[in-house]
Amino acid sequence: MLSNPIILTAFRFILLVLAQVLLFNHLNFLNFVNPLVYVLFFYWYPIRENRAVFLLISFLLGLAIDLFSDTLALHTMACVTLAYVRPIIMRFCFGANFDFQNFTFKNSTRVQRFTFLFLLIIVQHTLYYSLEILSLSHFILLVKKIIFTSLLTFVICVLLSSLFAIENE
Amino acid sequence: MQRIINFILHYRTTFLYGFLLLVSLIFTIRSHSYHQSKYFNSSRWISGSIYNTTSGITSYFNLSKENKRLSDENEKLRSLLFNMAEDTALAPYQRTDFDVIQAKITKNSYASPRNYITINKGETDGLAQDMGVITSKGILGIVENTSNNYATVQSILNTKSNINAKIKHTNYFGSLIWDAKRYDVVQLTDIPRLVPVHVGDTIVTGAMSSIFPENIPIGVIKKYNLNEAQSFYNVDIQLFNDMANLKQVYVIKNRNRTEILELEKRTNDAQ
Repeated sequence: MLSNPIILTAFRFILLVLAQVLLFNHLNFLNFVNPLVYVLFFYWYPIRENRAVFLLISFLLGLAIDLFSDTLALHTMACVTLAYVRPIIMRFCFGANFDFQNFTFKNSTRVQRFTFLFLLIIVQHTLYYSLEILSLSHFILLVKKIIFTSLLTFVICVLLSSLFAIENE
Repeated sequence: MQRIINFILHYRTTFLYGFLLLVSLIFTIRSHSYHQSKYFNSSRWISGSIYNTTSGITSYFNLSKENKRLSDENEKLRSLLFNMAEDTALAPYQRTDFDVIQAKITKNSYASPRNYITINKGETDGLAQDMGVITSKGILGIVENTSNNYATVQSILNTKSNINAKIKHTNYFGSLIWDAKRYDVVQLTDIPRLVPVHVGDTIVTGAMSSIFPENIPIGVIKKYNLNEAQSFYNVDIQLFNDMANLKQVYVIKNRNRTEILELEKRTNDAQ
């Protein structure tokens, strides 16, 4: 059943939203670190995507998380932007290989994949926390939040992605 | 014409991105400008009921602590009751201005600059926008949105929050705001320089608002310094409530609120 990419994506969508809003939004590690693990959705999403569909799904993902977190449209803005810049990040990480038709995650190195994940996380967190605070007077707080949350998100995402490793993609 | 269509088709992803960003921007601006969005918030039934289910499971973990807190409160109320002068206790009729409705928190948040709390009572229990919410230890926030069975509360840990507060046993009042830095410290501004301020003084709600009754505890003064203009104090207040660990709350309904608002409106209109 999970070999069907549409069902797999829908499954990931629901599980990531639930994990984010029920678990990771209430983690409050050191009283302010709440990792945004739903970035994994952008890491796991198929490479050869229809960009319009991908943008719309990201919009829905952000909206679903916003609805639960009472942060209306902050996650949505970050998600849509992340979906838009994902091809650029991919080209940066995987180099010329990315443009070949037969490119898959499997024939990329682990370093490349983790760089990709890390860049996704950095972009996502920078966008989200800047939009959330939206004032320059909290610059130190903003940087502190971005650094600590990104690191924790990265650790958790690496663990989760190796736990649910993709076998046949 | 052909070229324009080609141009749009070529950049259709960018246009779609721009459109989606615009939609979310409109949502954000609308929710920032006055109140949180009326339709998309965690008091809606789907998110409300999911939160209710999970809080039904997790609430068991804190039962003993919660029990202790409630019996402490009972003890305090009992001692108040026994020490009350008899004639007031047996007054033939009492004018009650405030109704109290108890509720449970199903979702708490304190790590973002704009925190909202979801509680498990809604319109069917008589809740409406702009009612005060407190715990047994002190002030918590103001009801912002309601659905049939749930309500979202704008926490005092919200940069939009602005509540009238004063130093206990005086009439020097200021406004209570939050600088988004620490979840256990809020700020009191607009206290004039002439006022004697001491570390450890208790801060309570003031009488200026029709949302909270007077003298609900907020916290104690942690430190204070003069603002840039050297004319007002900026006071840091250590909250009585542990905002990270809350369960049982009380919603306060002011029966005279509509009357007060109407009167204020009429006065303003007459000017």
